[in-house]
Amino acid sequence: MTATLLGSADAPAASVPSTGRARRRGRHRKWVLLFLAPWAAGMVLFFGYPLLATVYFSFTNYDGLNTADFVGLRNYVFMFTSDPLVKAAAYNTLWLVVVLTVGRLAFAMGVAQILTKVRNGSGFLRALCYLPSLAPPVAATLTFVFLFNPGTGPVNTILGWLGINGPLWFNDPNLSKPSLTLLTLWGSGELMIIILAAMLDVPGDLYEAADLDGAGPWMKFRKITLPSIAPVLLYGVVNSIIFALQYFTQAVVAGSVASGSADAVGNSKLIGYPDNSTLTFPVWMYNEGFRSYHMGYASAMAVLLFIVSFAFTAILIRQLRAGKAEAS
Amino acid sequence: MATLTATAVATRPAPKPKKRHPRDILNWIAVHAVALALGVGFALPIVFVVLTAFMSDQQALTSDLWPRSWHPENFLTVFEKAPMLEYFGNSLLYSILATAGMLLSSIPAAYALARLRFRGSNLIFMLVIAAMMLPPQVVAVPIYSMWANLHLTGTLWPLVVPYFLGDAFSIFLLRQFFVTVPQDYFDAARMDGCNEFQMLYRVLVPMTKPGLAAAGLFTFLYTWNDYFGPLLYVGEKQDSWTLSVALASFRGMHQVQWNLTMAATVLVLVPVIVLFLFAQKSFVKGITFTGVKG
Repeated sequence: MTATLLGSADAPAASVPSTGRARRRGRHRKWVLLFLAPWAAGMVLFFGYPLLATVYFSFTNYDGLNTADFVGLRNYVFMFTSDPLVKAAAYNTLWLVVVLTVGRLAFAMGVAQILTKVRNGSGFLRALCYLPSLAPPVAATLTFVFLFNPGTGPVNTILGWLGINGPLWFNDPNLSKPSLTLLTLWGSGELMIIILAAMLDVPGDLYEAADLDGAGPWMKFRKITLPSIAPVLLYGVVNSIIFALQYFTQAVVAGSVASGSADAVGNSKLIGYPDNSTLTFPVWMYNEGFRSYHMGYASAMAVLLFIVSFAFTAILIRQLRAGKAEAS
Repeated sequence: MATLTATAVATRPAPKPKKRHPRDILNWIAVHAVALALGVGFALPIVFVVLTAFMSDQQALTSDLWPRSWHPENFLTVFEKAPMLEYFGNSLLYSILATAGMLLSSIPAAYALARLRFRGSNLIFMLVIAAMMLPPQVVAVPIYSMWANLHLTGTLWPLVVPYFLGDAFSIFLLRQFFVTVPQDYFDAARMDGCNEFQMLYRVLVPMTKPGLAAAGLFTFLYTWNDYFGPLLYVGEKQDSWTLSVALASFRGMHQVQWNLTMAATVLVLVPVIVLFLFAQKSFVKGITFTGVKG
């Protein structure tokens, strides 16, 4: 019953009797068209067309108002050779992709493993672990910038009781991304529940058999748990990478609130504060496209973002296909 | 809260209550000590936020953790400092319209993908996955230009209209629920002369209410929490701000002390927590279906 995301794509095939399929297909056609029409319109308007238009704009000089002038590869040349900040932005996003993906997976697996062992009060504990992941990112970010603020924040106050001189956290260029990482781990409850559900689906007799063979906890985790939850982990990895590639809200809000200079739109003049350490690729793209109106250049950045994110989506889709081939 | 245990995430059967070894007891203590620390760690941030929200202006400038005197009027002051009710209304409008639009457009699409066999259905399913995984920033420039040409930037329309034309994540989630309904029900309905539309609304919808609830909740929550969309389209127009945008700029615009900012944060968090308490079953069922079950 518990097929994975990767194996489930073919579920309906088994439930439809193969006799009279052609006849049914013909009868279905008008219904299929009717049911999919809104989706198809949305797909053209908000996926297909804008994707092609982004590629087109990336070869132009476009400010959003006047007609786009074709400039060939100039935006790409500028991006790869001259833009002083795009390197910092790409580095920050790469940092987040690596650290957030590894961190989220490891943390979620660790917490889920503990949750499988808790016997008393587990429902309440699960609710506590899950709830922060529902918090609006803006509210969660404000919470953490307050908790970690160097002057009066509870974290440094408590560290002070222990005789530790707390660091500057969101105000320190070396610690702003690790601070964002803590915020992200606090909100990774969704992944925990997905992994927990997968862990609880592993048949208990596998562990009993391993116990008889004298396997230790690490051996059991590596040989039984890990292979059993692998498909869910793959989904978690791809999901986390895409999440990190589009990391925007938390970086913008943390930077502007910590700098104390948030203007009317929550968009700091000191973008990427401190020292461009929270300037992620999408934040810089947003700034170029919608603050400076260099929309042609922003489109070139969007194309790069698309290529990278689609490479990871393609891994997921390939797995889906493989799952289908196996099922049929 | 105990329902979380009883739903999609069932606990493994407890070991039979035979005599306990001292090692088991130590194990129990170790596991529950770590679990307790985890629970405290997850809850503390919110606790500190709430405590600070009740502090006086003067005390909020200190590093005190506990309010010396309680000031619930802070929550009223937030509404005086900024038109929070208007922002609340905008957020509510965005979320309700988007959820309604999603249900109208995505239920039929998910039904077609889950139950109807037709050429190209696999390709369409792959396209849904690709759209679901697309970072919204990638297509922001042309879509923004499109709405600007229609003179609709500065309104909530650019945020709401796409949901009436199918939402990839919801279609995916609903499809995962729809494929679990046994084929017999549809065969029986067909014998009774139901057409596809009647099967959708008489058989499928009543049978997959938890799935519809989960998809609705996720859309509501996603739009309620959304910051990038509202910042892009209504960031320059303060009358149309949603709570997220207003909260992001609250501290810079209204004061330096943390107490009112934290009170505003609590006000934004409360609806989400209430929603969770009323519908945690649907939430948990929904997320396990996105990643795991089919």
